[in-house]
Amino acid sequence: MCLAIPAQVTELIDPEHAVVDMGGVRKTISTALVDDLQIGDYVIVHVGYALNRLDPEEAAETLRLIAEFSEMANDEIPG
Amino acid sequence: MKYLDEFRDGRLAQGLAARIRREIEPDRRYALMEFCGGHTHAICRYGIEDLLPAEVRLIHGPGCPVCVLPSGRLQAAIDLVERERVILCSYGDLLRVPGAQGDTLLKAKARGADVRMVYSVSDALEIARAQPDRSVVFFAIGFETTTPPTAVVLRQARREELGNFSVYCNHVLTPPALRALLATDFSSPHQEAATRGAGVVNGFIGPAHVSTIIGTRAYEFVATEYRRPLVIAGFEPLDVLQSILMLVRQLNAGEVRVENEYTRAVGAEGNRKAQQLMEEVFEIRPSFEWRGLGELPNSALAIRPEFADWDAERRFAVPAIQASDHKACACGEVLRGVKRPEECKVFATACTPDHPLGSCMVSAEGACAAHYHYGRFRQAVAS
Amino acid sequence: MSSRREAYARKLDLARGCVEIGHGGGGRAMAQLIEELFLAAFDNDWLRAQDDCARLTVPTGRLVMATDSHVVSPLFFPGGDIGCLSVHGTLNDVAMAGARPLYLAAGFILEEGFPLADLKRIVESMARAARDAEVPIVTGDTKVVERGKGDGVFITTTGIGVIPAGVDISANRARPGDAVLLSGSLGEHGMAVLAQRENLSFDAPIESDSAALHGLVATMVTAVPDIHCLRDPTRGGLSSALNEIARQSGVGMRLREAAIPVKEPVRALCEFLGLDPLYVANEGKLLAICPAEAADTLLAAMRAHPLGREATLIGEVVADPHGFVEMETVFGGRRLVDWLSGEQLPRIC
Repeated sequence: MCLAIPAQVTELIDPEHAVVDMGGVRKTISTALVDDLQIGDYVIVHVGYALNRLDPEEAAETLRLIAEFSEMANDEIPG
Repeated sequence: MKYLDEFRDGRLAQGLAARIRREIEPDRRYALMEFCGGHTHAICRYGIEDLLPAEVRLIHGPGCPVCVLPSGRLQAAIDLVERERVILCSYGDLLRVPGAQGDTLLKAKARGADVRMVYSVSDALEIARAQPDRSVVFFAIGFETTTPPTAVVLRQARREELGNFSVYCNHVLTPPALRALLATDFSSPHQEAATRGAGVVNGFIGPAHVSTIIGTRAYEFVATEYRRPLVIAGFEPLDVLQSILMLVRQLNAGEVRVENEYTRAVGAEGNRKAQQLMEEVFEIRPSFEWRGLGELPNSALAIRPEFADWDAERRFAVPAIQASDHKACACGEVLRGVKRPEECKVFATACTPDHPLGSCMVSAEGACAAHYHYGRFRQAVAS
Repeated sequence: MSSRREAYARKLDLARGCVEIGHGGGGRAMAQLIEELFLAAFDNDWLRAQDDCARLTVPTGRLVMATDSHVVSPLFFPGGDIGCLSVHGTLNDVAMAGARPLYLAAGFILEEGFPLADLKRIVESMARAARDAEVPIVTGDTKVVERGKGDGVFITTTGIGVIPAGVDISANRARPGDAVLLSGSLGEHGMAVLAQRENLSFDAPIESDSAALHGLVATMVTAVPDIHCLRDPTRGGLSSALNEIARQSGVGMRLREAAIPVKEPVRALCEFLGLDPLYVANEGKLLAICPAEAADTLLAAMRAHPLGREATLIGEVVADPHGFVEMETVFGGRRLVDWLSGEQLPRIC
């Protein structure tokens, strides 16, 4: 449910609108649900609305955890 | 694509899958329900089940707003656009969903109805602004994820006193559906079926984007009242695998907690601003029908009286239609996890994505459509 | 021609004029439209004869004939328009038999009120595409429908070509063990058009890949005359093209997702809209199936051509009575690449 993707804020148009970019595709979205966005922030976009900020540190932490579990498993695979 | 590609890394997936296999306890069952269609789609699209040991069984849940929309509500929308000659705007997902007697919005469009697909509810508002002489109705569906944008637009329409715009509200709430699944009566005579359904779900993979709005706290009851672990997980395939590992560990340790794998986008409280907007514009319906789950108390939203002028249901006196689904269709059991898609008599025979009888065969997130599109080869190989 | 032109009271107003019902009526207005617009753009001996047909000299051998109707909204999109598309589409259909295209015919259905300036742009784009391809448009037809009964302009083109000796390319010739090759990245045409649609306005750096592929095909059949199948993955994308071949040949396919090139903006727009690039239309790409031992030679020949520079081996043909096209995902799992159901619609869930 709820197709939503991470995109980066590249331009603030007015308090309720911003331009975001993902993979070179730009779209004007509503920022009515998220306060105080800054250029460079990542947001989760759904039906043309930012639902929430994406926290880069948490993303890195999740990836670190995944890599940690994954590597441990790899290490234990014989050969 | 930052924050997508990293979470699709096949090498890490192999490592995580190996870790899961290593931690599995041979005599334990790990029946895990992914509540959301987004997870179902990722599981089928990336072939995640191929990476899992046999002890882990994934059960597809009812978390697809298109799939749980009762056909009567859809039929009412088809009748509305044909009777009132309005412009009916909706998300692309809805256009092919069968209503009563297999009628769809696409067929209504072919008959001359003005049905338009939009990417955003804001686009529907824009159409209303551009065509003041036409009445524009937005057919709103979706869970808590999709509801706040509808609230924003309703507020905007009121502010602008836009008289030719209204919303046909079909927004539903996820926690009551989870509660209904967990409250399944296992003493029923259909013991065999029931034991294969949600009742024997050992743990839940919880919603990703719904949770960005309502937060992890909304699911605490799953652990405290129903004693099942739940892990909020992102929709990327590594997120799904990681959450499976987290559930396996909880089950092995005999723990029952709500955990959050999707911390990059979800917090405990969710998006307060979005919650306040929803609260301002919508009120809880005492009861609402879910396809497959029946009438569920306090499980859906209606537009508040303050916004009555923009409520299509009031403006056009949309009648409640009781439409029964196709007799052979087992969407209800599939949505409750009681039946697997291939156990439905009409799966892949009378019911295919080209000629869907039930809603699960329509949406890309419907268990049957995902199974058919991405997984049919398994069946063929087996038979 | 100068003496004839005096027969018209005024020159066509190609800057501000519109298509009128009379332009399809068979009278002087139609003759003027043909002369001042179509003939001027497509100019060749066959058209100058102003007959209702073209008399052609064809080489001996097996001929190929293909026809294709073109409807696209919007008519102009990044990287092309309905004009060049209508030339490339039919040339490619002819080329997919391994043939060298010789002649084209074009039929226009114009909607009353359609701006002549737009029509001129389209016709000139067609003329340029035909000239670049070195295939003349030798005959044509124009009809006008009332306002509201068309979508601006529809173009049907028909092409004739000749198959070189020793070439036998057909969708029923795929055999287990054959290699599946793709000439370049997927999804650019479909997403370039979609990004422009009303209510979906995305700013995407994506251009249609619309191109005539017969030059590439000529290089390929020279290098490997025993190519088994060729198909341009247009509507329904790669998935439909491979499923059709699988069904017609009674085989299955195994693809490797990691080997299938899709450019980042196309992937990104697909993510926004919930679409799968494997189902998105292409207008300048081809799929080739050849014996495994010829794959390297064919790949090298493709890469040496400007339209095949990014060619890759994406999988192989396998024995499978079910005709399934299956894919190993980037994630290490397997999925089916099923037929497209209806039209791919943008989705929210």
